[in-house]
Amino acid sequence: MAELPLKDPAPGDDVADTEPRPGRIRKPIGWSMIVLAVLVAVCVVLVWRRDGVDGVLEILTSDLALFGGILPRVLAGCLLGAFIAEILPHEKVSRALGPSSGLKGLLIGTAFGAILPGGPFTAYPVAAALLTVGADFGAIIAMVVSWTLIGYGRAIVWELPIMGTDFTLWRIVISLPLPVLAGALGRFVYVRIYPKGAPP
Amino acid sequence: MSALIVDIILWGSVAVLGFIAFRRGRVVLVTSVREGTMDFINIVPRVAIGVIGAGYIAAVLPQEVIIGWLGPDSGWLGVLMATIAGAATPGGPVIGFSLGAVALKAGAGPPQVIAYVVAWALFAFQRLIIWEIPFMPARFVWFRAAVSLPFPFLAAAIAMAIGKP
Repeated sequence: MAELPLKDPAPGDDVADTEPRPGRIRKPIGWSMIVLAVLVAVCVVLVWRRDGVDGVLEILTSDLALFGGILPRVLAGCLLGAFIAEILPHEKVSRALGPSSGLKGLLIGTAFGAILPGGPFTAYPVAAALLTVGADFGAIIAMVVSWTLIGYGRAIVWELPIMGTDFTLWRIVISLPLPVLAGALGRFVYVRIYPKGAPP
Repeated sequence: MSALIVDIILWGSVAVLGFIAFRRGRVVLVTSVREGTMDFINIVPRVAIGVIGAGYIAAVLPQEVIIGWLGPDSGWLGVLMATIAGAATPGGPVIGFSLGAVALKAGAGPPQVIAYVVAWALFAFQRLIIWEIPFMPARFVWFRAAVSLPFPFLAAAIAMAIGKP
């Protein structure tokens, strides 16, 4: 798989913090991108057969504008993730969000996901950075699920105007317990799948 | 307007963390900026394929069929269909919430719409492919998606228990 390899949990010593991190292995194109590219190519052909060249160009123009608007935020998210990975002390992160952080770690992850600014361009780089500096799957699951379900950004910008206030508040109240439950379920399953810790 | 606020908060956070890194020493700042920039360069081709391709995928998927799945009085089968529909809905939040709003207006049951919105938030395949997989370890993404499976159903169950808003 082409994704960033999951690093081993940070060792609990502070010596590691003072040494520069080794560069990460990066592969821009992997199987998931190839599958997506093929899917997009098929859809372009279908749109072309249905709407002609004009239809294809119309979608391309609006998506290019969207892409251009997103790019600076992607850069901001990547920088945010890199800063967090570099300046957060590994020992504190593994204590607050590590495998033995208990319910408190899940609650911290949930709260962090709920207040995290920005969109997917921020949430995922930051979540990946926290994983590399000692957070466990459970706390990061709580964070990612909290960001998608109770994060204020998407709710205020998109859900309130489109779905209405009543529905949005009702949905958020119902969603409140879900991140902690998802994180707890994640930990429960994780220790049973990987009883000896994460595989290399 | 709200996009501007998001940008200000986002770049403000970058500036604050950058300043903290700078206080730790130039090397820390330079290393993190280099790592962040390399991540960015690495991620741009994937985001390009995803964002530019999203419009075509959305144009091809039959949205009426997705709305039809959320039908009223569809019970737990409707919740299941809503969960599948949420995972299959392409495009950004505008499409996801708009389909939910249309379904609600067309008479779909609120628990089904809750399941749809929650499933869309948890597993919209396009967000998984464009955003989550490129940034996160693949093993984490599949693991997270797998343990999230019960939650659209749980949300619908809570919605049925506490009633409409």
